[in-house]
Amino acid sequence: MIAIVDYGMGNLHSVEKAFAHLGVPSVITDRADEIERAGHVVLPGVGAFGDACDRLREKALMEVLARRAGDGRPFLGICLGMQLLFAGSEEAPGVPGLGLFPGIFQKFPKEAGKVPHMGWNSLVCEPDCPLFAGLPAGVEMYFVHSFALYERTHAVAETEYGGVFYSAAGRGGLYGVQFHPEKSGRAGLALLRNFARWEGTPC
Amino acid sequence: MLTKRIIPCLDVAEGRVVKGVSFEDLRDAGDPVEAARRYDGKGADELVFLDIKASRENRGTLLSMVERTAREVFIPFTVGGGIRTLEDIRDILRSGADKVGINTAAVQTPDLIDRASRRFGAQCIVISIDVLRRGGGRWEVFTHGGSRPTGRDALDWAREVARRGAGEILLTSIDADGGRDGYDVEITALVSQAVHVPVIASGGAGTPAHFYDALTCGRADAVLAASLFHFGELDIWALKQYLAGRGIPVRRAIGSSVL
Repeated sequence: MIAIVDYGMGNLHSVEKAFAHLGVPSVITDRADEIERAGHVVLPGVGAFGDACDRLREKALMEVLARRAGDGRPFLGICLGMQLLFAGSEEAPGVPGLGLFPGIFQKFPKEAGKVPHMGWNSLVCEPDCPLFAGLPAGVEMYFVHSFALYERTHAVAETEYGGVFYSAAGRGGLYGVQFHPEKSGRAGLALLRNFARWEGTPC
Repeated sequence: MLTKRIIPCLDVAEGRVVKGVSFEDLRDAGDPVEAARRYDGKGADELVFLDIKASRENRGTLLSMVERTAREVFIPFTVGGGIRTLEDIRDILRSGADKVGINTAAVQTPDLIDRASRRFGAQCIVISIDVLRRGGGRWEVFTHGGSRPTGRDALDWAREVARRGAGEILLTSIDADGGRDGYDVEITALVSQAVHVPVIASGGAGTPAHFYDALTCGRADAVLAASLFHFGELDIWALKQYLAGRGIPVRRAIGSSVL
């Protein structure tokens, strides 16, 4: 069973529908015990970093998510859900994220182009990353975001938008993707299926 | 590299696709969910549904169509037509649309853009602007499906909607629409240079070269077309191959073995 974390920030229903289309059972939940127990957890999210952290704190989910995300079992952050795995974001200075990865998300520089970075862009992926198994080199995914990761430490995919930023990061059982696999057609569904079938790796 | 988006637009009424030759002569041409799925398979990067009747009574039918589409189509889609209030926007997004298109209501109540953008995020607020070319390098904004002049200058209005929080502008040339003689590249380029949000060019596509012109000289981020795709005259993959051959970045097909 995949637990999709509900904290009132967006795209969770499209994630649920994508898993349903793949025949993978999932549940939308804000209960700590369900998140703790679930074999796979997805942290979705659309919106502002600061609001998301407020909602997670109101729902007392910060601790369980940090623990569950770090325990080696599969955990996937999508878009804002990826950003929340990191130390923080320029969007909400001083507001700590879950802190599982080092790095602060930064606003795209003006010269990068129009912001938000919106549309289909290609990825250069780590070949052995389980999420990208079977996907062609340079596969395109759908992005909508204004803040990006430039910290390389745990990057597993990079994307070009007025310079290289890191469009996916991970270690052990924990991954975050900046794009929306649930809106990336066949390629995105394949990534979600890879995730659902994956057992995770102890850190 | 960020690719240029190709967006088919489906006109719908009462939950069905219509091929509107004119608003008086609607021909029922099938299930919107089927059409959307077909376009997903054909390489569409996004879809737009335009509810051309947009009557209050048929709201439920529209929402159930949106819901069914969201269950079966996994590329972004926008729903527009008759959206007037924050509640309308909420209902459509809740039913599973990724973005809403707002036109007349934005002109009548510009503050709706600010409120919608603050509440739902700029990324899901697409402002549709219908323009008609006037003399002297000016274009005028029209509302009510292109039937009512507003006296507003298109460039001023584009700047204003972007400032108020539009996430994207869908720019339709009323002159060019339906003529198949090409997009109005001039106003597309002017709007695209005037704002920092993506601009979707619409109205007038007739050949692959027209798409190329809108994406290069017109500086559009995306191109929208309807009948050219609906009647099977132009295949989206073939269009993408043509564009890629002329140096335009487009999303490519991935093999069916992947999923």
